[in-house]
Amino acid sequence: MNADELQAFEDEIYAFVGQEVYPPTPAPDDVNMPMIRQWAEIMGDTNPAYLDADWAANSSRGRTIAPPAMMYAWGQEGFQVTKGRSPNAQSNLVALFNKHGYTGVLGTNVKQEYFKEVSPGDNVTIQMVIDNISERKTTSRGTGYFFETLSTFTDQHGDVIGTQRFKVLKFIPQEQPAAAASADGGLEVPTRIASVRGPDNGWWWDAVDEGKVLIQRCKSCQTLRHPPRPMCGECQSMEWDSIESTLKGEVLSYTCVRYPHVPGYPKDPICAVIKLAEGTNLVANVVGCEYEDVSIGMQVTGKVEQVDEKTTLPQFYPA
Amino acid sequence: MVANVKDKAVIVGVHNTQFSKNSGVSELNLAAQAVKGAIDDAGLKPTDIDGFATFTMDANDEIEVARAVGTGDMTFWGRSHYGGGAATGSLHQAVMAVSTGMAECVAVFRALNGRSGHRFSAGVSEGVMTADIIHWGWYMPYGLLTPASWVAMFTQRWMHNTGVTKDALFEVAHQTRQYAVNNPNAFFHERPFDRAEYDAARMICDPLQLFDCCQESDGASCVIVTTPERARDLKQPGVAVRGVAQAAAADQEQMTSFYRDEFAAIPEMEIAARNCYEMADLTPDDIDAAVIYDAFSPIVLWQIEAWNFCGAGESGDFVLDGALRPDGRLPCNTHGGQLSEAYIHGVNGIVEATKLVRGTSLNQPEKAVNHALVTSGVGIPTGGALLGKLD
Repeated sequence: MNADELQAFEDEIYAFVGQEVYPPTPAPDDVNMPMIRQWAEIMGDTNPAYLDADWAANSSRGRTIAPPAMMYAWGQEGFQVTKGRSPNAQSNLVALFNKHGYTGVLGTNVKQEYFKEVSPGDNVTIQMVIDNISERKTTSRGTGYFFETLSTFTDQHGDVIGTQRFKVLKFIPQEQPAAAASADGGLEVPTRIASVRGPDNGWWWDAVDEGKVLIQRCKSCQTLRHPPRPMCGECQSMEWDSIESTLKGEVLSYTCVRYPHVPGYPKDPICAVIKLAEGTNLVANVVGCEYEDVSIGMQVTGKVEQVDEKTTLPQFYPA
Repeated sequence: MVANVKDKAVIVGVHNTQFSKNSGVSELNLAAQAVKGAIDDAGLKPTDIDGFATFTMDANDEIEVARAVGTGDMTFWGRSHYGGGAATGSLHQAVMAVSTGMAECVAVFRALNGRSGHRFSAGVSEGVMTADIIHWGWYMPYGLLTPASWVAMFTQRWMHNTGVTKDALFEVAHQTRQYAVNNPNAFFHERPFDRAEYDAARMICDPLQLFDCCQESDGASCVIVTTPERARDLKQPGVAVRGVAQAAAADQEQMTSFYRDEFAAIPEMEIAARNCYEMADLTPDDIDAAVIYDAFSPIVLWQIEAWNFCGAGESGDFVLDGALRPDGRLPCNTHGGQLSEAYIHGVNGIVEATKLVRGTSLNQPEKAVNHALVTSGVGIPTGGALLGKLD
């Protein structure tokens, strides 16, 4: 594709921005208990606010609600999609990408926001537009464009109950390294790069897997040290044990790693050096808030969380 | 006690290959070109070379470079560790070899396909178990994978502590670009930028934006170091190494010394500066120009403070007063720096510092340059050197 052809192609795709994929469409069924029950069962979510009418009657709401994350479920098309969908702006955009060799597709992230709850008997209307298309990007999967749809969900009163942004990368597939494909040829979702575990540090990560952040302590002089190492730099003792951190701390510095985006990582992760209440510093992610909300001196509280299929890490939230 | 190697080793030849984003040739090819070019600049013959000094990161075995160039028998080779921290570290190796008589003519080189080959921005990843990979393991899972991400963490805190703003980072980035505009071998030859373009550029890792970051580059640089006696018979005016030092300080880590009581600091460079000044019997007032390692714009500011050109926290005002400009107190990175000429791990900086003392920089200041400073990368074990005219 020469520069003029690329320009023409980009003009054509960017013309999709703002186009409606679905006009406001009421869900075929009202919000109802059987679907909520199935969803909660599959998710393993036992929150009584969804299923326990007696409990809910005495709660501040006075009635059961649907799990907010279900909002996209109410308008799903069901098995009829196996017979194909009628063309819409999104399928036309995808077809245009495919025609020009951008046949790869990768759903990169979904972001939902919730504004109002719905209960059995309410009806959810979905409207979807193509919200934005990125500039041409070179990713490790190949060169392509990110496009994002914005779905807006309203109830029968016209109140917005939530929104969903769904980002998709359409790209020219590159040959993937052998390691990226699992043995049976299925697609393996990339995960964060694991820390290598050796004799001096493996115990620390093993504890994280069990939900604990430990701090190495010299048995001789009681000095705490992190990252772990085999000898105490203060008294040269090689005897050590550890204490468990309370994971209360303060942000000493932070950054948001915006570029490059690495497969397996969330977009724009916030990383921080955190001074733990015990006195040692720890590098970890700050989550649960926007970058703009983070500051030096901010108090944070950590939790050990599974962040992807293979990775468990301490993650810190605003205290 | 500081080692006494003052004026016992002299830079007599320098050369840069063409810098590019895709050299199309091997790193060995680049190394051979750089070494041969520096030999020619000195007026030496390949067979005069009997030693090499380079980086542990360099992929070119000394014996392969020796065969390619057709050097004499080799009696010395030494490498410095820690990436850009080895810039003047390799010069340090050469000075030790020449001043002790272990070798007579040492080629200090660095050759890399840093854009078309292995890219530093690709970050670190898992591999065989070494202390080094375990070290990166404390950062990788969280997304701190690249040099920019590590330096950003220091910068954010340093700006918070000192009140220095992006104005000063812009001045560093902008002034090096202004110098590069005059340098045909710079990526940004004839390509100035302004504040609007700087501010509009992509955020890489807050607060570092695109133009705060150096250029991933293909290329090689070399300087030849020999004895004062030999230097006096050669083609170029000799540039003596008045002082050279390497240093690592307490609780040093590679790029992430985040466990110090105050980690927005580079105590290792303060040690190197103190030792260099003492060795050279010079003070900051004696230094007329500088090549300060600039993988990222803020690290220039920290080093200005470490080398005592101003007080702690004052480097922002120092550069905003125009100190780095051609007529300023400390014309700096007159080749365009690594921000705008090319990133050859600081060895192109040794080439430029030599030219400044020779009086042949493309942006030679009008004032006399009797002494020039050149430094290594920071955030890592580091060092620097003070160069002056051979008496």
